[in-house]
Amino acid sequence: MKDTLLEIKDLNVIYKTYEGTVAAVNGVDFALDRGKTLGLVGESGAGKTTTALSIMGLVPSPPGIIQRGRVTFAGQDLLTLPEKDMKKIRGNRISMIFQDPMTSLNPVLSVGLQISEALVAHQNLSEAEAERKAAEMLEKVQIPGARYREYPHEFSGGMRQRVVIAMALACNPRLIIADEPTTALDVTIQAQVLELMRSLKEEFATAMIMITHDLGVVGEVCDDVAVMYAGRIVEMGSLDQIFGNAMHPYTLGLFRCIPDIEEESSTIHPIEGLMPEPLDLPKGCPFHPRCPQCMEVCRQVVPEACEDNGHRVLCHLFGGGERRA
Amino acid sequence: MTMNEKTVPASSGSGGALREKRRSPWWEVWRRLRRNKAAVAGMTVVILLLFVAVFAPLIAPYDPNQTNIKIRLQPPSAEHLMGTDNFGRDMFSRVIYGSRISLYVGFIAVGIGAVFGGILGAVGGYYGGRLDNFIMRCMDVLLAIPQIILAIAIVGALGTSLLNLMIAVGISQLPRYARVVRASTLTVRGQEFVEAAKAIGASDTRIILENILPNCMAPIIVQSTLGVAQAILAAATLSFLGLGIQPPTAEWGSMLSSGRQFLRNAPYLTFFPGVAISIVVLALNIFGDGLRDSLDPKLRQ
Amino acid sequence: MPELIVVENLRKYFPVAAGNVHAVDDVSFTIDEGETLGLVGESGCGKSTTGRLLIRLIEPTSGRILYRGRDMASMDKQELHGLRKEMQIIFQDPFSSIDPRKSIGETIGKPLEIFGMGRKEREETVDALMEKVGLSPRLYYKYPHELDGGRRQRVGIARALSLSPSFIVCDEPVSALDVSIQSQILNLLQELQETMKLTYLFVSHDLSVVKHISDRIAVMYLGKIVESAPSLDLFRNTLHPYSQALLAAVPIPKLNRKRERFILSGGVPSPINPPTGCRFHTRCPWTMDICSQQEPPLTDRGGGHSVACHKVP
Repeated sequence: MKDTLLEIKDLNVIYKTYEGTVAAVNGVDFALDRGKTLGLVGESGAGKTTTALSIMGLVPSPPGIIQRGRVTFAGQDLLTLPEKDMKKIRGNRISMIFQDPMTSLNPVLSVGLQISEALVAHQNLSEAEAERKAAEMLEKVQIPGARYREYPHEFSGGMRQRVVIAMALACNPRLIIADEPTTALDVTIQAQVLELMRSLKEEFATAMIMITHDLGVVGEVCDDVAVMYAGRIVEMGSLDQIFGNAMHPYTLGLFRCIPDIEEESSTIHPIEGLMPEPLDLPKGCPFHPRCPQCMEVCRQVVPEACEDNGHRVLCHLFGGGERRA
Repeated sequence: MTMNEKTVPASSGSGGALREKRRSPWWEVWRRLRRNKAAVAGMTVVILLLFVAVFAPLIAPYDPNQTNIKIRLQPPSAEHLMGTDNFGRDMFSRVIYGSRISLYVGFIAVGIGAVFGGILGAVGGYYGGRLDNFIMRCMDVLLAIPQIILAIAIVGALGTSLLNLMIAVGISQLPRYARVVRASTLTVRGQEFVEAAKAIGASDTRIILENILPNCMAPIIVQSTLGVAQAILAAATLSFLGLGIQPPTAEWGSMLSSGRQFLRNAPYLTFFPGVAISIVVLALNIFGDGLRDSLDPKLRQ
Repeated sequence: MPELIVVENLRKYFPVAAGNVHAVDDVSFTIDEGETLGLVGESGCGKSTTGRLLIRLIEPTSGRILYRGRDMASMDKQELHGLRKEMQIIFQDPFSSIDPRKSIGETIGKPLEIFGMGRKEREETVDALMEKVGLSPRLYYKYPHELDGGRRQRVGIARALSLSPSFIVCDEPVSALDVSIQSQILNLLQELQETMKLTYLFVSHDLSVVKHISDRIAVMYLGKIVESAPSLDLFRNTLHPYSQALLAAVPIPKLNRKRERFILSGGVPSPINPPTGCRFHTRCPWTMDICSQQEPPLTDRGGGHSVACHKVP
């Protein structure tokens, strides 16, 4: 895979809290090619944000510990990189977009300044050049460049999120990590922003990791999908593979419990039970207490990943080359 | 406690016998407090003070008011650990009994301030509008006058006695509680569970007493620990000025006052009461700060 | 089915420094007994405010609300208090809608306490309620912060059910929950509706959820109802441009979407100074001259399907 931009191998992150050790990420592996978009899907507590923060080197360090793993970005292992080198990468070669547009922007700085900050810091532009480039970026996200000097509170939620996107793209990064970027937005605004992200992604040829709990959003923008549960990737594959032929019981459960807006009558089949307590993960497969097809081995042994043509599943039903019905 | 159970419970009619134990939100607070060494030290001193005050008759070697001219103005010795004053009274016993008055004033004054100030603040914050405006402007008037001056004025008007001292200090504390509780009330009032209480038919009084005030406890408690310290200081100051406790009652402030004239020859007369005040006020302040910190992250996950 | 709730020309304006926020502006609809009316729209459209107006948590600026034929404005304090037993609400945020300082048993039993039920009977009723909503009665003394979002929402539902109401406003009851828990709660709400003969006003911004649970749906935009129809009708034959945009904007987890992409430009105008004429005309791709001058009335096109649009014949 000579086009591989980012490769994560065996990432394990824990948080040491007073109540015990939270196993946030338990052995995550995946690779992302240049220009592709990976959807990282899962419910709250699955470990998606922690994975993203690990890539950026932003895991809060007193409680958080990266126990082991390798995050290779364009040839370098980010986990062993000294902080000063990491600073050159953040905002420059890897950018992050957060969920809440209200708190991602500094309320006392103009939006233009917030965009040009990154340009001045990373690309050594003069302030005048940075200002011009920032106005250009605003136009790219369909905000008039003349609004450069306005403050965040003068923009609506959707527009603020577009400013954040402009900030992320300013230095033309190779990778953008977007953590639930449209969850806080209204549906019609979300559609606008997703459309924008699609077209910008093509124009800039940036790779993206899109973290979301919404399978619909994944379907709109992603090329590949990785489904996370209790800190592990339980299924991963291309969009076609996952949407057309999901295999893991959790993935299937997710699809079946969402009401289908295009069908005339739909029944939803909830997944019984609750997410496991991260302090007290069950033995064996983390999904086994809720799995309608749980077998004895599932209770005892963590399944090995098994892969077929790029479609990977972590489930005993498909283990050992033997496929069971 | 496993969270992996299925949604529908297996049995019905479980009754009270199978209830799970409560895990009060206060437990978390206590745990956080325990980790703050300074706060724990402060708390220990306060507990010690309470102990001394309650068991004063058992701890004090002599009657604090027993005069004995023959042994007046003796420096600290084995028989009189803190020396004797100009009437021959044992200083150690006087300091110990003095703690009673200080605590008395501290808690009652804070009680008056917290209860009345709290109610005013909660009512103003909950109803808003003109009522709120009126109450807060009254509080502003009280706040505009320095605490000590206000206390002096009240004692001057009512006469000098222990009770009047407590009322005076209590009133001067009122506006602080009103402000603090009002601010909390405004925050809590906007929470959905207050709307929910209205939706199930709760009266305004019930909402204020059951939903709003209990959720304001954190700032009330913090303000109270600091308030007790302030009250003790205020009482000592007033007594020092001759407006509070009258001699011969043993009270730290009045002891400071009467010890003043002997400052050169018998500095121990002012030293020990002074140190007692300082330590208690310091301990209360540190404890109060620690309490505020451990209550702050609150009960959110 | 008899009409349980009739709303006529309901308005709610909130005064602010710059003028009045037209949160709900001349809204009329009815809800039949036993049915679920879905109220859908994006933030600021007035749906939550409408819900709260119906159960009298806030007072309307003008307009009438009739409950079982009785005008709520003509009820005295006593009667309104009694009405609480018939009308309840389930809130969106399971974290802030329950008092963090009370055990969940106390929270669920509070309505019963307010209406005078004795302690022993109360505890038994709360136990039964907890089982009904899928909570183990063992959790009686637990505090909200010890439970997850899904369980907390069940507490909110149990509390709403405690007085055996006839009508419940569900204000985005599943929006704050994880997807797998959402489906559990939705199923629970449907079961309860059947067994307890409840009528729901289901407020949500999530069209897929609203479609699943509602018999009829009303779409709101900037304080007005722009379209209202039986559920299936609305999706088979979406008439109002805004409804079409809303439907088209819903991301679908499928490989081949049936709907065309239809993306609106611009953002929602300010509710303090709503646009003249049809409020949607500033973003409507088919706007005509008349749209900015005259407000289209909500008219019935047959089969219970009403639209407020000049373009629809």
